[in-house]
Amino acid sequence: MSCWQTVQDYGLRAIGIGERLLPRSDITLCEQFTLIGSGLIWNVYFGAFALALGFCLSIAVALGKASSNPLLRKPCEWFIYLFRGSPLFIQFFLAYEAFVLLPRNGIEINLLVTQITAETGWLTKAWAGGVIVLFLNTSAYAGEIFYGALRSVPKGDLEAADAYGMTGWSKFRRVTLPSMLRLGWPSYTNEAIFLFHATTLVFFSGFPAWRQQGDALYYAKYLADKTFNPFVPYPIIAGYFILLTLLLIWGFGRVNKRLNRHLTPETRPRLKLRLQLVR
Amino acid sequence: MFEYCADPSLLSDARWMMCYLTSPKHIAFYYSFGTVLGLLAITAPCALLLGFGGAVAARSLFWPLRILGKAYTSMVRGIPDIVFFLFVPIALDQGLEWLRHHAKCSDWTEPVRQGNDFVVCPQAKLPLNSADAWVHDAYSVFLAVLAFSIVFGAFAANVLIGAMNAVPRTQIETAGAYGMTRRQSFWRILVPQMWVYALPGLSNLWQILIKATPLLFLLGIEDIVYWARELGGSKTRTFTYPHPDWRLYYFLVLLVFYLALTNLSERFFQRMMTRLSHGQATLGGEALRKAGKGGAAA
Repeated sequence: MSCWQTVQDYGLRAIGIGERLLPRSDITLCEQFTLIGSGLIWNVYFGAFALALGFCLSIAVALGKASSNPLLRKPCEWFIYLFRGSPLFIQFFLAYEAFVLLPRNGIEINLLVTQITAETGWLTKAWAGGVIVLFLNTSAYAGEIFYGALRSVPKGDLEAADAYGMTGWSKFRRVTLPSMLRLGWPSYTNEAIFLFHATTLVFFSGFPAWRQQGDALYYAKYLADKTFNPFVPYPIIAGYFILLTLLLIWGFGRVNKRLNRHLTPETRPRLKLRLQLVR
Repeated sequence: MFEYCADPSLLSDARWMMCYLTSPKHIAFYYSFGTVLGLLAITAPCALLLGFGGAVAARSLFWPLRILGKAYTSMVRGIPDIVFFLFVPIALDQGLEWLRHHAKCSDWTEPVRQGNDFVVCPQAKLPLNSADAWVHDAYSVFLAVLAFSIVFGAFAANVLIGAMNAVPRTQIETAGAYGMTRRQSFWRILVPQMWVYALPGLSNLWQILIKATPLLFLLGIEDIVYWARELGGSKTRTFTYPHPDWRLYYFLVLLVFYLALTNLSERFFQRMMTRLSHGQATLGGEALRKAGKGGAAA
């Protein structure tokens, strides 16, 4: 069987397209590369969705935590504390068990005019449940990052905005938000990288891989167990993740450049490869 | 534990709960909290040592060592840590068995890898088939600790390199001007001063380490996650203590445990930072001086 045939059979195996049966014996190098690569679709899916949704919530949480109104501030502080203080692994387990306990035939919501039934079965599936947990988790971490950035927005910038007569929304959108993003961006890049790494936990923490459609690490472990040789699948997945990380750094570097384009080249903060740890 | 626990089906709710929570399996569950804390206590110094070695290697003047150190420190940035947790134990196990195989059974002619099997002679097995059960357990814990130490050593190396670079360069140059060798200035000037710069990173790392301990479950250790799943799952009438699916409550207990642990360590590190910042030429030290606590001993 040629390698191209393998790619056609297993290239989209992780989303259920192609051969049903996974390779069992005489596993070739090509099959390993293809299967693990196809699993990467899930990692990118989890990471991209959680990151996109989490970006919006994290800004809201950061603003809430910086608010002077305790009714807004306290829930945000608790949210951040809860998700940053506990292991993601436990959060996955907890969320899965909670979703399983929801009534199987849906929750009946009584609106005054009609009855609607909210389906809950989909929450126990990895595609939804995994994204929800990752989304809340990254919102908390990024919220803390942006809160720190918000607190270090230069006072002069805000005074200048006042002097121009800006208030409320326009001041926030034109002055506060860009400065906040600019200052928090290097840490946020780091958070995004670790978020993509964390996506490998989904299928190891309760959420079952339906019809053996799993992520890259799921297939890497499958292959390592089948061939009893860890020295091939794990380096392959490592290589894939290094590429993914470099891609992320490149993309976030482009955004970083745009956020800092008003500064003189010497004062522009460089997005260094040496990242500080946030998690 | 209590005498009246002999027949739980006759007990009232409160007593039933008492008996349930002190059953032998629950005692094992409580001990597993100790396993987690023990692992933390062993791993943290090992990782710090490995990290120190990695940081020194990455700054070495001898280029092969420098490349090795840099590869070690940067590997955790691109690769998810869980990949290492799955890879290191099995790779080490096979590596050690392979070495022992070549040392002890040199007359063995068959290849070690036969298709999908990894075959070594019986004398090379680690641990030996004849060994007690506790040796097998200890061996798997040892591999888990090693995997954790390697990964967190790489994280710690990152932190320590940053801290070493943060010590003002002029101090090293002054040491050189006084005639100290590279080794002397490293041990007498750099190492004593770097800790205050390293502490924020190391405290962060400690929090990450705490939050990584549930992954022990994936390495086949009977830790708190294992017991929470085991005990929480629904038990039918055939069990002594039948109950529905209680895993949610068990995991809530774990959540509270971890929240308390991270909260306690955060407070501890805050106090330590205050102590270390006394009299230091850093922002923190300056703030302490202004607050009027600068000169007084803590």
